Amino acid sequence: MPFLGTRYAPGKTLLLTSKYPDHCFRIMVWGLMAALLLSLGGCSQPWNDPNSLEKPGETVYYGSYSSRPQHFDPARSYSSDETVFIDQIYEAPYRYHFLKRPYVLEPALAEAMPKVTYFDKQMQPVTVDNSTLAFSVYTIHLKKGVMYQPHPALANDKWGNALYLFSTPEQSAQYATLYDFPESGTRELVADDFIYQIKRLSDPKNKSPLLGFLSNYIVGMSDFSEQVMEKDRSGWLDLRTINLEGIQAVDDHTLTIRIKGLYPQFTYWMAMHFFAPVPWEADRFYHNPGFIDRNLTLDWFPLGTGAFMMTRNDPNRGIVLERNPNYRLDLFPSDGGSDAGKAMPFIDKATFRLEKESLPQWSKFMQGWYDRSGDDTHNISSSNFDRAFVVSGDGLELSEEMQSKGITVSTEIKPSIFYYGFNMKDPVVGGYTEDKRKLRRAINIALNTEEFLEIFANGRGLPAMGPIPPGIPGYVEGKAGINPYIYDWVNGKPKRKSIEHAKRLLDEAGYPNGRNKATGKPLILYLDTTGGSAGSVADWRRRQLEKLGVQLEYRSTDYARFRQKMRAGNTQLFSWGWLADYPDPENFLFLLSSSQTSEACQCDGSNTSNYMNPMFDQLFDQMKTMENSPEREAIITKMVELVRRDGPWMDGYHVKEYYLNNSWVSNTQRHGIARDTLKYLKLDTAQRLRKQQQWNTPVVWPALVTFAAVLLLIWPAMRAYRQRQTLRVNPKNTEGGHC
Amino acid sequence: MFAYIVRRLFYTIPILIGVNLITFFLFFVVNSPADVARAHLGEKYVTQQAIDNWVAEKGYDRPLMFNSHAPGTDKITDTIFFQKSLGLFTFDFGQADDGRDITTDVLTRMGPSLALAVPSFIIGIWVNICVALVVVMFRCTQLDKAAVALFVSLMSISGLFYIIGGQYLVATVWRLVPISGFEPGWMAWKFLVLPVVIGVVSGIGLGARWYRTLFLEAADQDFARTARAKGVSELGVLFRHVLPNAMLPILTGVVVVIPALFMGSLLMEAFFGIPGLGSYMLDAIRAQDFAIVRTMVFVGSVLYIFGLILTDISYTLADPRVRLN
Repeated sequence: MPFLGTRYAPGKTLLLTSKYPDHCFRIMVWGLMAALLLSLGGCSQPWNDPNSLEKPGETVYYGSYSSRPQHFDPARSYSSDETVFIDQIYEAPYRYHFLKRPYVLEPALAEAMPKVTYFDKQMQPVTVDNSTLAFSVYTIHLKKGVMYQPHPALANDKWGNALYLFSTPEQSAQYATLYDFPESGTRELVADDFIYQIKRLSDPKNKSPLLGFLSNYIVGMSDFSEQVMEKDRSGWLDLRTINLEGIQAVDDHTLTIRIKGLYPQFTYWMAMHFFAPVPWEADRFYHNPGFIDRNLTLDWFPLGTGAFMMTRNDPNRGIVLERNPNYRLDLFPSDGGSDAGKAMPFIDKATFRLEKESLPQWSKFMQGWYDRSGDDTHNISSSNFDRAFVVSGDGLELSEEMQSKGITVSTEIKPSIFYYGFNMKDPVVGGYTEDKRKLRRAINIALNTEEFLEIFANGRGLPAMGPIPPGIPGYVEGKAGINPYIYDWVNGKPKRKSIEHAKRLLDEAGYPNGRNKATGKPLILYLDTTGGSAGSVADWRRRQLEKLGVQLEYRSTDYARFRQKMRAGNTQLFSWGWLADYPDPENFLFLLSSSQTSEACQCDGSNTSNYMNPMFDQLFDQMKTMENSPEREAIITKMVELVRRDGPWMDGYHVKEYYLNNSWVSNTQRHGIARDTLKYLKLDTAQRLRKQQQWNTPVVWPALVTFAAVLLLIWPAMRAYRQRQTLRVNPKNTEGGHC
Repeated sequence: MFAYIVRRLFYTIPILIGVNLITFFLFFVVNSPADVARAHLGEKYVTQQAIDNWVAEKGYDRPLMFNSHAPGTDKITDTIFFQKSLGLFTFDFGQADDGRDITTDVLTRMGPSLALAVPSFIIGIWVNICVALVVVMFRCTQLDKAAVALFVSLMSISGLFYIIGGQYLVATVWRLVPISGFEPGWMAWKFLVLPVVIGVVSGIGLGARWYRTLFLEAADQDFARTARAKGVSELGVLFRHVLPNAMLPILTGVVVVIPALFMGSLLMEAFFGIPGLGSYMLDAIRAQDFAIVRTMVFVGSVLYIFGLILTDISYTLADPRVRLN
């Protein structure tokens, strides 16, 4: 029976046989030697290089992502781990200036910022402040000569007919992925491509998350949705054949979009990939029979006009973007230092690898195999954060180890807010009377945000003074910007009011020492959570409230149940967060508008606290249609004051993230809103190569010592075995048995 | 034997229906179709209309198990359970709820899983058997006791420690191999060396100790003593007489695992960046993708049953006395 014994024929091959079983050890010895020789074979470059060989002269960026993207369809994708890719590929009419803060829009595919005209119901022109205003019309002039990336959907034969159109799945069976198509083509971008994409947004089959929202604004969108669903959807439906009333192409390079009423923030939406053009040929191509069974879909293989195109899409392993050879002339911002006025992108290729665990990701960054600590997220775990940063008088600074490697840091305060919300309908913590306000303030003071950030987030956050984060108009720094109900201004910085103050407030609210003045019963608060009631954060919260004599109970549930409770308003305390879509205070203040409660909108309302203040609503209706101006800021100040006074949110903070960059990467500024920043990155590949070789010299002696140790173990074993083989039978011990 | 195998294959049908029922029940007792729709449509700006459209398009607008409004057999067939689960028996897995073809995904991810699992499995068994036989050879000595103590120690260490420790030492401190990653084809070797070695080393404690116990039972049987009396070397006794006679319990534990190798390893693949099937189902549960969950549970059940049948067949090969009737 051939099993495990070994026979070695000198000068020939190693054979497995049972004839000489006592050679079992030798297989291990030779195996180890072979492994060592194999390893030694690649001495010319570091052995631990995980990256593929680059083409000579090619500038390749190496990055990572931590969760697998789900969608690359610009109509559907709405997640930051997807936008980090598709925003390099798709371009919208507008984009954010890379360097300017506060965030500023600038034309991308459009020639200039849109011209907005206003009309009444009879489509007669009116001024913006006219009460009969019914429609706003955005006229967008497009850049000429913008070409799509090479793509088989645009490949034509010499008569102009599409090369890759099939009537049965069998005809295209040889094309397993998009990269199997030998031919590709391109064409110029025209206004109809924007219309086609807006029609795709309107088609329920594409499951755009914005369909319901945009239907409230774009004229004719709802009708279009109904019409397409009545059609036969078994194959490709040419959306060009159905009219969408509010969108018109004036000529090949001019487009108009008519929206209902006044909505100045609409321009921000036109800076998102939802409004990126999609050629109708792409939609037709991806509806070829059998393509969907091979995952050949627009949701998986994008087609855009941006600086990069996707040349490998294996999201479980890696994603590769390469320079789009047809990309238009796009210059680095004129106020951008030494790179000002230079053509972008600065890199030829970007290779991203999926890293689910932070340990290998961090190790590779420190070894120089990744250019930055992260792309979609910072990827600096708490333990690594302590290694990377030290606390100094001026706050956090890079540790000596990082500085010795030349690593730089880029910070980003996300236009976001995370908070604990009170359900304003709750009989205990809700309500608008002064005693209820005092109760909420007392709880807010006790849940010390600064301490929370210090203990659990390495200080990576900025305590919120109101609903508007830094970088957004309406945010006020310094003494004038603090929440006076929770903080005092002491020695030039905000200081949280004392627990004694909180106890006084609690007393005035009718709960002296945490007990109901009338009934004597202890005040028990209920926090709805999906995270369970155990763990250090949960204990910390309990302890904070115990300082007031208030008890905290957790009502833990799964996420689906939690969402149901939120919709039904069946909570008391809960945690929530919001990441802005665009940098306008309206995108934060609407979270507290009474029209956004689940009950009012009959949807998953954004006003999770069920905050309803008529004064706030009135001011919100006033400010939401205004351009940024001192008058608008004055209204926002009033609204923020109302929120601070009523206190529907507490313990809020704005996330501040730290990203690390290896020394050979430049132009690493983070942009809180935009993700199309890959084209600005610059690499010094010669320096990278030098550092990689310097940092990754293999340490061979432990392997040799291990090998020698194994040999040392084998040798006495073999010796003992040989001795045993020569032993004579001891007549005194012939019984056998184990021992 | 053929009749036995056919009978066993028929037994699988009610088992698989039962597995499907339990999966279906567990999934939808936690999530309603609307919850699943919300998970796919995202958090922001989701309208009831969008949820209804999603639910209708995916066919989740039917009753779960019984359609009281439908006529005749449609009461059973026009339900989510029947419509979504019947196709599995023809191995038509359809599309995931995010629109991707599940069969293509499974086939694509199976390769890397096997590239890691097969060498770990084969080398692991080989090493465990070799080590166990060597220890048995020195049974009743101090070396035997030390080896057992070592095995227990190795068993007591968490698998995660082997992974993190191995990565730290070999890839970070000594920089001998890449810490994680994967390349298709032969270039995969440099990414697989470390996880395979860690997989083998972390399994030695449990495997070798178990095999040692099995071999000890056989090592003092009459046939082994007779072989020694005839002058067969101790290694010859162990490999040619003890090992074949201890095969049945070994096969019981080993063969059933072989089909499951296709399913990959969650921890190893996550830490070593192997793009395999290990996390496919976990990711699907997180994304509330019922199409993938039911497929992977179904495939897992089929492979497990297949493994059990293979085990029975392997008995007949290892021991001619065994007959499958």
